[in-house]
Amino acid sequence: MTTYADARPGPGAGATAGPDASGHFGRFGGRFMPEALIGPLDELEQAWRSAMADETFRAQLDQMLREYAGVPSLLYDATRLSQAAGARILLKREDLNHTGAHKVRNVLGQALLTKRMGKNRVIAETGAGQHGVATATACAYLDLDCVVYMGEVDIERQSLNVARMRVLGAQVVPVSTGSRTLKDAINEALRDWVTSVDDTHYLLGTAAGAHPFPAMVRDFTRGIGDEAREQVLALTGALPDAVCACVGGGSNAIGIFAAFVPDPSVQLYGFEAGGDGVETGRHAATITGGDVGVLHGARSFLLQDADGQTVESHSISAGLDYPGVGPEHSWLAETGRATYRPVTDAEAMKAFALLSRTEGIIPAIESAHAISGALDVAAELGPDAVIVVNLSGRGDKDMHTAAEYFDLAEAGPELGPGEARQVADERAGDLHFDETPGETDPLP
Amino acid sequence: MSVRATLAGTRADGRAALVGYLPAGFPTVEGSIAVLAAMVAAGVDVVEVGLPYSDPVMDGPTIQRATETALAGGTRTADTLRVVEAVAATGVPALVMTYWNPVERYGVDRFARDLSAAGGAGLITPDLIPDEAGDWMAAADRHDLDRVFLVAPSSTQERIAMTVAACRGFVYATAVMGVTGAREATSTDAPVLVARTRAATGTAGLPVGVGLGVTNGAQAAEVAAFADAVIVGSAFVAPLLERRGDQAAGIAAVTRLTRDLAAGVRGAGSAGR
Ligand SMILES: Cc1ncc(COP(=O)(O)O)c(C=O)c1O
Repeated sequence: MTTYADARPGPGAGATAGPDASGHFGRFGGRFMPEALIGPLDELEQAWRSAMADETFRAQLDQMLREYAGVPSLLYDATRLSQAAGARILLKREDLNHTGAHKVRNVLGQALLTKRMGKNRVIAETGAGQHGVATATACAYLDLDCVVYMGEVDIERQSLNVARMRVLGAQVVPVSTGSRTLKDAINEALRDWVTSVDDTHYLLGTAAGAHPFPAMVRDFTRGIGDEAREQVLALTGALPDAVCACVGGGSNAIGIFAAFVPDPSVQLYGFEAGGDGVETGRHAATITGGDVGVLHGARSFLLQDADGQTVESHSISAGLDYPGVGPEHSWLAETGRATYRPVTDAEAMKAFALLSRTEGIIPAIESAHAISGALDVAAELGPDAVIVVNLSGRGDKDMHTAAEYFDLAEAGPELGPGEARQVADERAGDLHFDETPGETDPLP
Repeated sequence: MSVRATLAGTRADGRAALVGYLPAGFPTVEGSIAVLAAMVAAGVDVVEVGLPYSDPVMDGPTIQRATETALAGGTRTADTLRVVEAVAATGVPALVMTYWNPVERYGVDRFARDLSAAGGAGLITPDLIPDEAGDWMAAADRHDLDRVFLVAPSSTQERIAMTVAACRGFVYATAVMGVTGAREATSTDAPVLVARTRAATGTAGLPVGVGLGVTNGAQAAEVAAFADAVIVGSAFVAPLLERRGDQAAGIAAVTRLTRDLAAGVRGAGSAGR
């Protein structure tokens, strides 16, 4: 197994070819930031590049990832899901990482970098609370002060994650401006950062924002793909036909794509949150349903109105509920190297139930979007196809949403054996089990 | 009308210029036109019309509240241009202070053309650095508009020189590392930043404006001692927020403040409202 420390930028990682010296991926990316933050961004870029060139830093990060976070994660041959899908599906089990998602890789990398820069305070934004929890965890582990900005609307929706952050010693600051959600939490974190940058690192939670964040977050998460590439070669002796991931800001997707971008035979699929359907306008499918503009420091696709005001996004998955997307994805979309498609709330929840029942793995609802998309890709590529899906996180955090969606919460205690299952089945609808080649009903 | 001519005039008079900010559409579109007219009548030399934006990362709570009000009231990009036109008709130069995305969405050249047609002087762009401003630099040249970029205490000397070279009208020195908002004391960073900026402009070169935090005539006088223009924003917005619903009282308060600040940039001015 290649470890993080000796994972060279893979065969032709140079062919990822981005960003250029000024932080652009084609016409995307760059730095649309107040001048006051340009100096700090330059310093951050320098510190990051020097850290990545330093064997000691890389070894320390590698050790933290292995011994603390549980990396490398497994590549799991999901045979029952594969039967249901009609192609071979391999799951990259980021859900088994400490804190339950891929996010710990980025967070540990940036937190260790914070130490190296001699800073003692970390600020972060969070929507669902996953990045906030991961950041609070890393700050507890590395003894850093931690302040997390979170929209008031999200605080209400995600009270348990607020409690988790507070248990871990972080200060959670409610954001009451704008739409009081993730994008406003980012605004507030940036306002803090411009005042506090001497002793504070802004630990951005996804591969978006101003240069160097998109490249830095990609490189801290690219272990996902580097590992998966080696694992799939060891398991099957060949590269996969397709790699699938969900796309919010884009960190788990770029993390698994990066290693495969130079492999032309591997198709890359990013699945965005289609919410109620892109045609309804209530979605978070930034690339599929948005236009090019500037938000939070970079040029990329975003959801905006005719005047360039940011439009609120909608998704059942809080982690995908963001009106922007990282610039490298816009570039991969524009160059045609990766394909982006929307997956609706209903499709994602169906895949959520399918994976739970075929494999006993409850995915994060974010990751369920990738599973759902992979089912379509499987149908398109046929039974000989090998598809790697990034299972970016686990579903513990989503049980409240799932119970509500499947009508299990209220009815739960009064339902007899099998009845709850029946309610859930009705809600999840036809899971396509009948169409499964070679098996009529894989459910016990 | 360009800012260049106005600042050459105030410089010839041996004083700093007073630059006053208000978002278009706050408290309403017509209200913002009325308040800005009062500011001009009471002594503002240059007006900054703010274009309300959904994600104002450089603004503190006071201006955020004002721009949220403007957006909630339905203020559109075209309304900002209408406010510019009304201000320009009073005979002072009107700059638009705008985050970048609304301009990019409108079309950079189209915005420059329509701004110029409205009599606007140019743009102040808080989240657009010259490194990313190729389209805007060209459009400003085509339509003879001023372009005001920002320098900050964290800017290197090379960046200050590059930014100054890209500016026309004046260069905006953000005196503190922080967001907009009234401050009790003016920053000790400000004179240092202005001196570093002047090292790039040369003494008779591009004027240097200083902003962020000035609230009264005494502070304005302090800043006027080392800057060519004193930029005031949140201090104009705050009394209007306090007197919401009573436009006459709001305008009276803003007029008093403007007179005090105008005295300040002439070397006098009081320490409170
Ligand atoms: C499990 C999981 N997957 C995916 C995402 C989306 O983020 P990104 O697109 O940066 O991977 C999140 C965000 O909270 C998440 O928690």
